[in-house]
Amino acid sequence: MTTESPTTDTGRSRRTKLFLLAGLFVALVLAGIGSYYASADPDGLTKVSEDEGMAESETPHDLADSPLGGYETKDVDNDRLSGGMAGVVGVGVTFVVAGGAALLVRRRSRSSDDRDGTEVEASRP
Amino acid sequence: MHVPDGFFDAPTSVAAGGVALVGVAACLHGARRELDERTAPLAGLVAAFVFAVQMLNFPVGAGTSGHLMGGALAAVLIGPWAGALAVTVVLLVQALLFADGGLSALGINVILMAMVTALVGYGVFKLVMGVMPKRLASVPLAAGIGAFVSVPVAAVVFVGFYAIGGTADISLGAVASAMIGVHLLIGIGEGVITGLTVGSVIAVRPDLVYGARRLLPRPQLELRPASTRETTS
Repeated sequence: MTTESPTTDTGRSRRTKLFLLAGLFVALVLAGIGSYYASADPDGLTKVSEDEGMAESETPHDLADSPLGGYETKDVDNDRLSGGMAGVVGVGVTFVVAGGAALLVRRRSRSSDDRDGTEVEASRP
Repeated sequence: MHVPDGFFDAPTSVAAGGVALVGVAACLHGARRELDERTAPLAGLVAAFVFAVQMLNFPVGAGTSGHLMGGALAAVLIGPWAGALAVTVVLLVQALLFADGGLSALGINVILMAMVTALVGYGVFKLVMGVMPKRLASVPLAAGIGAFVSVPVAAVVFVGFYAIGGTADISLGAVASAMIGVHLLIGIGEGVITGLTVGSVIAVRPDLVYGARRLLPRPQLELRPASTRETTS
């Protein structure tokens, strides 16, 4: 028997779903459109590496020529589109991989307490 | 702060990879306590958001930019272990799909940008919360301070790694002061972005913020007496 009232529970989960969709929308807009306006200057580490000589030993990335290497979509000439598409794909892939991983490791409600021994819990009479 | 290939010698890269693997295992273990059916999809959202905001380099002067690392932000939103895990996923996607961050430097990048920032960021967040009024309004400020501190600390850890296994012949002192200097500035951006983001989530769904869960008026629903027994029907 569940202790929560079902209506409150579904209402909450619908609001959570809405929050999730709104958040994803924001992330897609930031990566798909906003990224075009980001500073193109080298970041802190890259700049210090160039100034102090660490960059001399840098070797090219093994996957530099991959379809989305360097946040640019291969064979798409328009900068705005090329970077925007890379950003959108990145947000989608990251969401699926991280969300999937979290679903795999999450606490199951069946053995709801914080222990690790799910099998012990399940075998209890 | 994505470290490219070639910066570190092979032993250091391999050792860092091993440490990162142990860290990920610890995160997988710890994250079980932080995630449930309701909050697991949020971990996906937090990772996707961190990925997006990491693309938004902001200028910090002198032809240099910085971007969010996101460890502190993720830790306050979904818990330190799940947060470090979320940023690890971001780094994996960046290295494998976008050629950002060397493959041989993956272990170092996970340690610097996922582990160090999440744990330092969350640790400082807890310390600051300890001296601030126990109100929801304190959470974004404490999160911002934790995020600010986490960035120069990650820079110091980078310099430490470089002292152990860096490949170029450089002046460690000069690298240390340059790295700390620029990352104090980037840390300000990290703190502002983190504070604003946590504040926005608190404004609409404070119940979804891990770092605010003790401040909510009502106790969480999953608190049940130990004697509760599941009916088999």
